[in-house]
Formats: sequence, structure tokens, C-alpha cells
Amino acid sequence: MVFVGSDGQLTVPTAVKIVIAGGFGTGKTTMVASVSEIPPLRTEELLTEAGVHVDDLAGIEGKDTTTVALDFGRITINTKVVLYLFGTPGQNRFWFMWDELATGAIGAVVLVDTRRLDSSFPSIDFFEHRAIPFIVAVNCFDGSQLYTVDEVRHALDLDEQIPVILCDARDRESSKAVLVELIQHSMNRLAAV
Amino acid sequence: MTSREDWWYDEAAGPLVRPYAMVRGRTRPNAPDLHLVTQVRASSFASDQTSLTVEHREIMALCARPLSVAEVAAYLDVPLVVVKVLLSDLIERGDVLVQTSTPKIPDRDLLQAVLDGVRGI
Ligand SMILES: Nc1nc2c(ncn2[C@@H]2O[C@H](COP(=O)(O)OP(=O)(O)OP(=O)(O)O)[C@@H](O)[C@H]2O)c(=O)[nH]1
Ligand SMILES: [Mg+2]
Repeated sequence: MVFVGSDGQLTVPTAVKIVIAGGFGTGKTTMVASVSEIPPLRTEELLTEAGVHVDDLAGIEGKDTTTVALDFGRITINTKVVLYLFGTPGQNRFWFMWDELATGAIGAVVLVDTRRLDSSFPSIDFFEHRAIPFIVAVNCFDGSQLYTVDEVRHALDLDEQIPVILCDARDRESSKAVLVELIQHSMNRLAAV
Repeated sequence: MTSREDWWYDEAAGPLVRPYAMVRGRTRPNAPDLHLVTQVRASSFASDQTSLTVEHREIMALCARPLSVAEVAAYLDVPLVVVKVLLSDLIERGDVLVQTSTPKIPDRDLLQAVLDGVRGI
């Protein structure tokens, strides 16, 4: 690994990430919390009103800025690898932020609430357009599992290669299974190219 | 959405004011690309810290173990843009080491390690 600096003794782990996306209130933060080894952290990114990063604080006083909060969690895989899980910001207009989240990601989990299927359309479009591996996880809010996996696939007009699974975002084992499904899907995609 | 005036000058902004003021008007020339997950770590040969600000020293303490830029920002409770400027200062001094590669899609071996790791938690 390469470092700026001359301290040859120290190493830093390789960081990988998974994006947890989906519509407003679909359980993104809940899923991050249920698998993260630390309580989810929150950080704020400063964006211009146009949704572009403010990367330079010079002259910032002249710009209209807004902040967007990101929730994220962490799973230390081993001493060399650490996995971060990022929940996407609720507001869909911050696509610039989504681009940063998606760059280099293993892939994305699109969480779906079947009571409001359409709220997850923009997430699906985003990952489809950028050819980023994703799976759809149907978050089973109590007694609201109105549709079968096939019905959800049909309603979301998903390709048959895209895995669709049911989950309970509050449950650690269930959320783990979702991550496993996504990583396997990404490996299959890698093998296919 | 607060107006620019509120956001920047309002006393109520409290702890935000100082970090913003510290990095106000600053650019990051020659600074490495710092992404959300970029790993940073304090060098074991850090230079004399007496000239550093409280925030810089807090970062040095946090980064005794490797952390991502996003984690440093969250623990310090400052926006990412602010922590990137502070980190750049420390990187320039050689006090903080950084992983320089941009996030790229993991290869098969790395995916397998992540898969095994997630199964094991
Ligand atoms: N019954 C049930 N409730 C859930 C489940 N997942 C999340 N919730 C609840 O649904 C609400 C929204 O969950 P969040 O995790 O905050 O959703 P989010 O996607 O992060 O929401 P935003 O960030 O606001 O878009 C919370 O009150 C959760 O406790 C689930 O699987 N079952
Ligand atoms: Mg949330």
C-alpha cells in the first residue's frame, strides 16, 4: 500500500463500502444499525443548493449552502480490511452525494417498503444507470408484506438477474443475510464480465 | 435551510463556529484526495504538537488507530469539508499518513474476504 509520508512501519486497512439505499423511511438507518459494530455515526456534508460538493472553503460565504446528513456503520472484517455501510440521504435531489457514495462500492442494497413501492424507484434507476451491482431487499414491516417476491420484481420491473429477498431490517441475522446476498451477487457479476 | 447569515454568524451555531472560522477561506493546494472511506492514521513519528490547535490534536488522538475520513468527521462532530482541511494540514506536516488510492471496485479475493468476514460476525 502507498502512503504519503515516510513512516514505513504503519499500515492502514483497505476500506470497502456498501450503500444502503431506498426511499424515505424504508429502514436504511435501521439496517445499518443492526449489523454495524458501532452505533451508527452521522456526518454532514456541505453542498451548494445545486447539490454540488463544497470542497473549497474559499469564498463559501458567497454561496448558498445546505447540509446533507449521512448515516454510516462499520464492520471490521480483519486487520487488513474494513467495511463501511452508508445509508443514502433521504432527499433524492442530492445525486452528487450518491455518486460519491457509489464510487468504488461493492454494490447497493435497495430497501423497499411494499406500502410505498414507488419511493424506491429513483434508487433503482440510479444503480441501473450506472451499472452498479444491487439487490432489492423488501423490508417486512409488521404484517405489511402484501406481495410475493415475484410480484415485487414485476412491480419494480426488475431484470431477472437482480436478486429480490425479504428481510427484517431490525434483525441482525436477516440484515447479514442481505449483505451476504449482495456480496455474492457482486462476485457473480465480476465473474460474468 | 438556514440563510447564509444564520448559518455563518449566528451565535446559536455554537461549536460549529470555531472549526469553520479556523478553516475559513482556506484552500487545500496539493492535498491528497480524501474520500469518505479514505483511511488515515497518525504517524508514530509525529512532529512537535505544541503548535497545533485543539482540533488538530484531537484528530491526532483519534487517529492513533486507522480511521476513515468520515469517522474522524463524525467523532469530531464537524462537517466533512472542515475535517478534510484539518487533515490536509496534518498530512502536509507528515503527522498523518493516508491511503492515497481512490476507492475502486474490489477484486474477487477482496470480495471473498468481505463475504467471509460478514458471515462471521
Ligand atoms: N416494524 C418494522 N419497523 C421498522 C423496520 N425497519 C425500520 N422500521 C421502523 O421504521 C422507521 C423508519 O426506519 P429508518 O431506519 O429510520 O428508515 P430510513 O430509511 O433510515 O429513513 P430516512 O433516513 O428518514 O429515509 C423507524 O421508526 C424504524 O424503527 C422493520 O423491519 N419492521
Ligand atoms: Mg435514515
